[in-house]
Amino acid sequence: MASLNELRQIFFQECEEQLEELTDGLSELELLQPDHEPDPETINRMFRAVHSIKGGAASFSLDAITQYAHAFETILDELRSGKLTMSREIIPVFYRGADRLTDFIALGEAGSVPDVSELANDISEITALSSDSHQIGEVEFGDDCIAEFVPVALSFAADGADLSDTEHGNYSIKFKPTKALYSNGHEPVQLFRELETLGSVDISFSLGGAAAWDVNDPDISWHILLSSGCLESEVYEVFEFAHDLAEIQIEILKTEKPIFESSERPAPALSQLEINAGGLANAEEKETSPEKAKSAQKATVRVDLELVDELINMVGELVITQAVMTQSITESELSVSRQLATTLDDFKTLTRTIQERVMGIRAQSVKPLFQRMGRIVRETAQIAGKEVRFITEGEDTEVDRTVIERLVDPLTHILRNAIDHGLEHTDRRIEVGKVPNGSVKLSAAHRSGRVVIEVNDDGGGVNREKVLSSAIEKGLVSETAKLGDAEIDRLLFLPGFSTASAITNLSGRGVGMDVVNSEIRRLGGRVSIISTPGQGTTISISLPLTLAVLDGMVVNVANQTMVVPISAITETIRPEASKVHLIGPEARMISVRDLMLPIIDLGTIFGFEPERKLGQDGILLIVEDDKGDQFALAVDHILDQRQVVIKSLESNYGHVPYVAAATILGDGQIALIVDLDEITNEIPVAASVSPKPVRVSA
Amino acid sequence: MSLSVLAIDDSRTMRNLLRAALEEAGFLVTTAEDGADGIEKLEAANPDVIITDINMPVMDGFGLIEQVRQSEFAASVPILVLSTESSDALKSRARSIGATGWIVKPFNDIKLISAIRRVARV
Amino acid sequence: MKTETSPEKGSKRELITFSIGQQDFCMDIMLVREIRGWTKVTMLPHSPADVLGVMNLRGAVVPIVDLSARLGLGACKPSKRDVIIIAHIGNQTVGFLVTAVSDIVGISPEEIQPMPKVGGLDENGFVQGIIASGDRTLRVLDISELAAAMAAEPVEA
Repeated sequence: MASLNELRQIFFQECEEQLEELTDGLSELELLQPDHEPDPETINRMFRAVHSIKGGAASFSLDAITQYAHAFETILDELRSGKLTMSREIIPVFYRGADRLTDFIALGEAGSVPDVSELANDISEITALSSDSHQIGEVEFGDDCIAEFVPVALSFAADGADLSDTEHGNYSIKFKPTKALYSNGHEPVQLFRELETLGSVDISFSLGGAAAWDVNDPDISWHILLSSGCLESEVYEVFEFAHDLAEIQIEILKTEKPIFESSERPAPALSQLEINAGGLANAEEKETSPEKAKSAQKATVRVDLELVDELINMVGELVITQAVMTQSITESELSVSRQLATTLDDFKTLTRTIQERVMGIRAQSVKPLFQRMGRIVRETAQIAGKEVRFITEGEDTEVDRTVIERLVDPLTHILRNAIDHGLEHTDRRIEVGKVPNGSVKLSAAHRSGRVVIEVNDDGGGVNREKVLSSAIEKGLVSETAKLGDAEIDRLLFLPGFSTASAITNLSGRGVGMDVVNSEIRRLGGRVSIISTPGQGTTISISLPLTLAVLDGMVVNVANQTMVVPISAITETIRPEASKVHLIGPEARMISVRDLMLPIIDLGTIFGFEPERKLGQDGILLIVEDDKGDQFALAVDHILDQRQVVIKSLESNYGHVPYVAAATILGDGQIALIVDLDEITNEIPVAASVSPKPVRVSA
Repeated sequence: MSLSVLAIDDSRTMRNLLRAALEEAGFLVTTAEDGADGIEKLEAANPDVIITDINMPVMDGFGLIEQVRQSEFAASVPILVLSTESSDALKSRARSIGATGWIVKPFNDIKLISAIRRVARV
Repeated sequence: MKTETSPEKGSKRELITFSIGQQDFCMDIMLVREIRGWTKVTMLPHSPADVLGVMNLRGAVVPIVDLSARLGLGACKPSKRDVIIIAHIGNQTVGFLVTAVSDIVGISPEEIQPMPKVGGLDENGFVQGIIASGDRTLRVLDISELAAAMAAEPVEA
């Protein structure tokens, strides 16, 4: 059986889903045209989400969540029942409400309790929406604040029956059921058994005067003599359920002795009544629309992430083993029959398909991430004093789970920037003839094997003049540099660059867009920016589908096979000797379309062998590092381009300089994956000897 | 023979809590996610007692009570409502369409079980 | 599973014995996962001289240590006849290149004598004690210590 702790976990997991449901509903309401009525089912869904949270929270005595959810639910219920009309002002309050609820749940999960006064404030904010001022008063604080949730066992109790608990003795009970008693699932025999637990019981019955026995309306009265020392309230309790489904008279007989006068035995007809009690439908047919409600909910299974990773790892092995096998069969002298060749092909296809599917398990929709960002947008907008319309697109796009987690910080930064620096203030917007409210769009899509996430604002665009002068001032570019628009925009990603002349509360917290850039690089992705003056800016992040594989260029360096991430390579060239220039005793540069790029020999970097002679053999890979700087990497040959499975070196060994990870190639041999950023960051040659190449690609 | 209980609640948390409490008491438990699901499982569960939430998607608790009372199979099975609501209006509505009892969430295991035993016809 | 290096008195330890060149050593068998023949490794740039490189062990990247070099007995040129002892220490899997694996012996702690201080030799830090058995002398290696030393060593050239 599940332990209490497991049940608690289930509750918090479910809370997450309910919060998602709530936020979904809110976005739907937000998109609603001003004079349109919201879909009642939307409000219903939101209500149920909050309601479920309340129910669960109460079960685990999470009072803050219970109280807050109760307040929220009350308002949603008013909206649902039409007591409260939908208006645009409600939505921000609801969003804040959802955020607060999220906070309280997070607190609850962490085992802490919010400040009572904070809770009171939050609750009063939401209950202020109420159409009924009494509602507000109902939510009280203190130790007994949720009296109405205190477990009340069975409360079809005799309303207002003022039972004196002092009386006890023998009772005469007259009991005449109505047909509703039976149709509500009651059974007199049960009640009598219940009475027997209080004392000895003697039961008689009399049939009514009806000419015919009607099983649907048995005209029968029971008379019970209960000989007991029990309290009157205990007797009432037995009939609690049956209250107003039967005529019940309970009299206390003030006699010392139990009475056993009646000789009549309980009716044998009882068992028959049991059988015939059914079939009493007094409820009229009601329309329910099940087809509408089950809104495409897919069945899911929760799996331990470790298990998934293990599986992915093993499938990676399978792919490698398959490649090794195929390679060794083809290389062997054995004649390969056509059938074997076909089987090998099938095996390959199958293995690849399994890999794809298994990789898919780790994938998760970006929806929770986007919802989290929605909150960032609301909070930022509030602080910045701007009205922002937040639009999301492609929420169902799936990305590796780890990638999603690591996108939180970069996206937060980009969004804050967009609102704080990108969007103009309302008066300015009106001045230039734009709609008063700025909008920020967050979208995700799959494009040619990669995931593209874009943040688009309809603000003023990058202030290139300011960016350029600021970059010159900071010594990031030379004063004489002639930069194109796109190149200026890209300066935003240079380390140490921050456009905000005054550091604002929001985006200018000492981290610039360069942090975004390097974080995305670390994920094997790239960031680009497109800005149109007066119309807005789009920052787009392109990411690999998973972190477990990488598109690599397999190269040979001093007889060692190595892998260079393709995402960083902009082009490959076979250098002409005339274009290679010696600068100083060691450093060499190559001119590529008028741009001088430092040459870094991978063989030297790794200490494999002395530098090759200039212009001899060798191929140069032009790569761009995370700062947008370009370099030429010298290698001996390019062997292949392929996807490789990333293997950690650190777990069994440790960090190897200039190596990001390892992979296993088709022949079963390990190849090292080159860490370009580490090379370009730590090789002083590039920085000290050469003036930084200022031409940066967009 | 152990008592068969059909517990209907759209909250996974509540379903799990109910299952834990009821199985602990030795009942045979079937759970359903909403009224419609409950009706679907009615015959297979062959319940001695039904416990249902009120606020549920697809078919709510009221809908369920009505359907059960109209069914040939389980028309007179006792139905206990388990809800965070406790307003008299809702209670009397539930009663008028055939609910057997009303238990306020969060439930107390012992009281819930005694309530079930009390209404069960076994 | 991590095995204590000093088990309770009286209980016998199982040790795997092996040779490096002409010298005999042994280590706790509880840490040994498997014995493999030598296969080509991939060089790790800027690694200490006694780290031969990494090999593919069913998909895991496992560093291979030249035990001879590590113990200061001189680097050995791996050949096909050499063997690799794959050990699992803590969360790390490491392979040790040795000349040959000979035996598994049960030794009670009393039979292990403390290592006499000969001084100057690199190996001493990794040797827990010695066992005299007939005309042979077995040195008991603390491979946890060996592996830890590998990770801690500065890897930059």
